[in-house]
Formats: sequence, structure tokens, C-alpha cells
Amino acid sequence: MSEKFTKAMARNIFYGGAVFFFLLFLALTFDTHGELPKRDHRENITEKVAMGKMVWEENDCIGCHTLLGEGAYFAPELGNVYKRFGNSKEGIIAFIKSRPPQGIEGRRSMPQFNLSDEELDALAEFLKWASEINTAGWPPNIQG
Amino acid sequence: MQYSSQAVAKPYFIAAIGLFVGQILFGLIMGLQYVWGDFLFPEIPFNVARMVHTNLLIVWLLFGFMGAAYYIVPEETETELASPKLALALFWIFLVAGALTILGYLLVPYARLAEITGNGLLPTMGREFLEQPTITKIGIVIVALGFLYNITMTILKGRKTVISLVLLLGLWGLAVFFLFSFYNPANLVLDKYYWWWVVHLWVEGVWELILGSILAFVLIKVTGVDREIIEKWLYVIIAMTLITGIIGTGHHYYWIGTPEYWQWLGSVFSALEPIPFFMMVIFAFNMVNQRRREHPNKAATLWALGTPVMAFLGAGVWGFMHTLAPVNYYTHGTQITAAHGHMAFYGAYVMVVLAIISYAMPILRGRAAANSGKAQVVEMWAFWLMTVSMVFITLFLTGAGILQVWLQRVSEDPQPFMVVQEKIALFYWMREVAGLFFLTGLALYIISFFVGSREEEATV
Repeated sequence: MSEKFTKAMARNIFYGGAVFFFLLFLALTFDTHGELPKRDHRENITEKVAMGKMVWEENDCIGCHTLLGEGAYFAPELGNVYKRFGNSKEGIIAFIKSRPPQGIEGRRSMPQFNLSDEELDALAEFLKWASEINTAGWPPNIQG
Repeated sequence: MQYSSQAVAKPYFIAAIGLFVGQILFGLIMGLQYVWGDFLFPEIPFNVARMVHTNLLIVWLLFGFMGAAYYIVPEETETELASPKLALALFWIFLVAGALTILGYLLVPYARLAEITGNGLLPTMGREFLEQPTITKIGIVIVALGFLYNITMTILKGRKTVISLVLLLGLWGLAVFFLFSFYNPANLVLDKYYWWWVVHLWVEGVWELILGSILAFVLIKVTGVDREIIEKWLYVIIAMTLITGIIGTGHHYYWIGTPEYWQWLGSVFSALEPIPFFMMVIFAFNMVNQRRREHPNKAATLWALGTPVMAFLGAGVWGFMHTLAPVNYYTHGTQITAAHGHMAFYGAYVMVVLAIISYAMPILRGRAAANSGKAQVVEMWAFWLMTVSMVFITLFLTGAGILQVWLQRVSEDPQPFMVVQEKIALFYWMREVAGLFFLTGLALYIISFFVGSREEEATV
């Protein structure tokens, strides 16, 4: 790099750039917070939905599945699973309940988590709420 | 070794390599589960293997960063570490806490682990990469504070160089942004929004400061180029990192419920994220070409040149490939993401840690500057074997990803996830074979520490 461009100038670009863009990021975050209620339908986050999120987390579902495209890529996307199962909580519950404890020979299988009826209902309610988030049209189709 | 307290880096480096082996073994288990679905089921289900794989990676890189800091800072500040005893105590605390957490993942069902560790009191578990029980997270914060205290006090009492200041800034940033892992609202959108403040602002933000400063340190040592020149480059590179990378966080805010202006912001800024990596390549090769001395540690120079190249390919090129919103609409959450993740982490962070280990370990083990020629040859074979294997892992996952995107998302008759997975199994098999070659490379790497130790040190 040329002699005219000094270390002090490089340092100033670093500190100036970092501070400026972090402040811009904070401003955008503030704006996002204002926009989110229209998109996440937080008025529908009932106690049951919140409990469903806990069930989701405490069984590490994200370790195999994606949720809105984030997570592991071993098992299907679940952000739209409520819709894929024909807008049916019962379908989701029946699927989770019927997983064989010893798996399926040679194939990927979801573990049998032995969830209570209350936990199953909460989880399904959480996935139903998640399917109603405005995700800008993602995923491209029902297969996730 | 110029300062005796630098010796505390050694256990950190050894632990890092040990955990690296564990990470790769679990990676191979997962790779096999992709094609042999019930392998080790139900004893080690995929999600458990994945937690172990990713958490070991994070923990061993942290061991590597801490070891690097304990080695670099005394030499840069020209003073002994504030407290080598604290450094050693924190080493054991971190190692035991880490081991217990991994054992927890493996020995009890995750829901039971959540219950035992009182996740209900402050729920933070069950989010990707942040699966650690809340008490482990608190432990990480305590270890980080002790570590930062030690490093900060050392820098305060000694010479202040750009390398040590940038390193310090990166390490403080690492600790500060980790605090967002304790924020876990019931609203999934908000949860995801701030989850990225840990994950993205780590790997595409403050960790790059750590990467840059470690690389700059190794380059000063092996090339003898004037510090002024290297430090100027370092500032420009990390300036570009943060200028592009902070708003670049927006490339994670396309489809998670956040406003749609993020598609523009994320696309534009993250498209610029390869620039600092490209500058890093130019920088490293320029410095080595303008070297003012011949350093006998050829292996360390190889790692220092390999790091920016692979980071540019993995983070820069493979990142750019799916970062524009209209492309990401189809590739989001597919094997394309996995391909990028593998090469980016290997190229940027694994390789820089192995570069500083390669430079420092011979000195920590009592050599003047380098291992014997024989040990270096084995280490360089390990470099090529691991690096080329990672290129193939990435290519095979990319192949799988392109087919997945096409069959599941683009074609006129989109097929279900599992149907597609079976159709692309061949790519997973090839990835697993490449993984075995990677393991061979890792084995050679470890062997390189035990060969030629009685032979004369290499000369230039």
C-alpha cells in the first residue's frame, strides 16, 4: 500500500466505520422492532404457544429439523408443517406420537420423545403459530 | 520462548487438538447417519451427534483462541502474563465444564439434561449452537471474564501494539455478544433476530478480528516484514470486515419474519463480505513475497498462506454463492448452507488456530524456532490431506445441495424432503469418504508431533 495512506488513516477508517455501521445496525434494529408486530402476530402467542416453544427447545428439535430454514438439514422444514399436514394439529400430534422407539431399519427416524398430551398439544400450537409468521413468501412451496 | 508465562498456551493447544479429534469422529457418525439412517439409533440420535460435533468445534476453537492470546500477548506487550496461575486454573475449569456438558449430551436425553440443570429457571437451551445448559453458559461467561481480565491487565502494563489491541477488541466482542445467548423470548422471530447477534456477529464480525490479529502475528514472525506495514494491512482488512459484516447480518433476516428491506440491505452488504477475505489473501502472499528473512518453520508459513485462501473460498466465494436474496430464497436451509459452513469454518478458524499452533508449539516444546524437517514434512502432508479433503466435502455437499434445491424447490413437481434425500444419497456417500480422508489427515497431523523429535531442528 502506498506511503501516503498511513497507518493512522487505516485506524480511523476502522474505528469510524465500525462505530458508524454498528449505530446504523442499531437504528435498523429499532425500526425492525416497530415493524415486527404486524408480521409475527404476537397477539396470538398464548401461554400454550410459549410452552410449545419450550417443548421444542428442550427436546432439541432444531438438531435435526429446520424452522424457517434455520437448524439442521437432516429432517424436513417445520415452519410450514402445519400447512403441509393440511392445517391439522392432529396430524402433527399423531405423527410425533407414532414414532417407533427402536427406529426404522436402515432409515432415518424421529426418536420417540414420550411427550405428554399437554406437551404435544402445546408443540402443535407453537408450530401452528409459526406457520402464520409473515416470512416474505418463504418457503417456495409446500414441501419446505 | 521469550517469556516463561507463554508456556500456559501449551495445555490450551493440546486440549484444542484433542477436542478437534472428537469433533471429526462425531462428524463421521453424522455423515454415516445421513445414508444409514438408524446407525447408532436410538443410543446416539442425529441431533445429539450434531450437538457434540458443533459444540466441540466451538469449544476447541475457543481453546485455540485463548491459547493463541496467552502466547501472543506476552510477546507483543513485552511483559509476562498478569497471572499465569489464573490462566492455568481457568484451563481446567473450562475443560472439565466442557467435558461434563458433552457427557451430559451423550448420557442422558436432552429433555432430562434440561430438567437436571434447571433450564426452566432461565430457558436458554435448545437453540442451534447454543444448546449448552444455562449453567454451562454462565460458566463460559465466568471463564471469559477471568481470561479477559488476565489479557487486559497484561496489555495495560506492557507495550501496546495494534495486534494485541485488535486481538483484545475481538475477544471482548466475543464475550459481549455471547451475552445475547441469555435472551430467549417466547416470540420466535425476536429469538432468531438476537440469536444471530451471537452467531453472525461472532463468525462474520468479532472472530475475524481475532483471526486477523493471529494471522498478522504469525506473518510478522515468519516473514520479518516491518510491523508498520503489517499493522496497516490489518486495520484495513478488519475495517472492511466490520463495514460489510455488521449490516451483512441482514442476509439472515430475509425469511424469518423480519421486514423485507433486509433483503436489499443484506444482499448488498453481504455481497461485499468477500472483499476483506480477498484482501487477506493479497496481504499474506505479499508479505511472504517481501519477506526479509527465511524462517525455518515452513509448515507454519504454509498454514498462514492456506488460511486466507481457504477462508476466501469458503466464507467469501461459497458465502457469496447463496447470499443474494433471490438466490437464497431457493437455497436457504439446504445442503448449500452446509457446504458453505464446512469450508468457511475450516478455512477461517480451524486453519488459523492450526497456524498459530504450528508456529508456537515447536517453541513451547523447547525448540529455538522450528521442528525437525521430518516432522514438518508430515505436518505439511497433513495440511494438504485435510485441506483437499475439505474441498471435496464442500464440493459433494454443494452437488447434493444443487440437486436438493432443484428437486424440492425449483422443479415443476416439487418432491417431499425425504424422497429427495434418498435420491441424492450418492453425494452423501462421497462426502463420507472425503471425511475419512480428512480423518487420515488429522491422524497424520497428530503423528507429526511425535516424529523426528530427536532429530536436529530444521534450518533455512
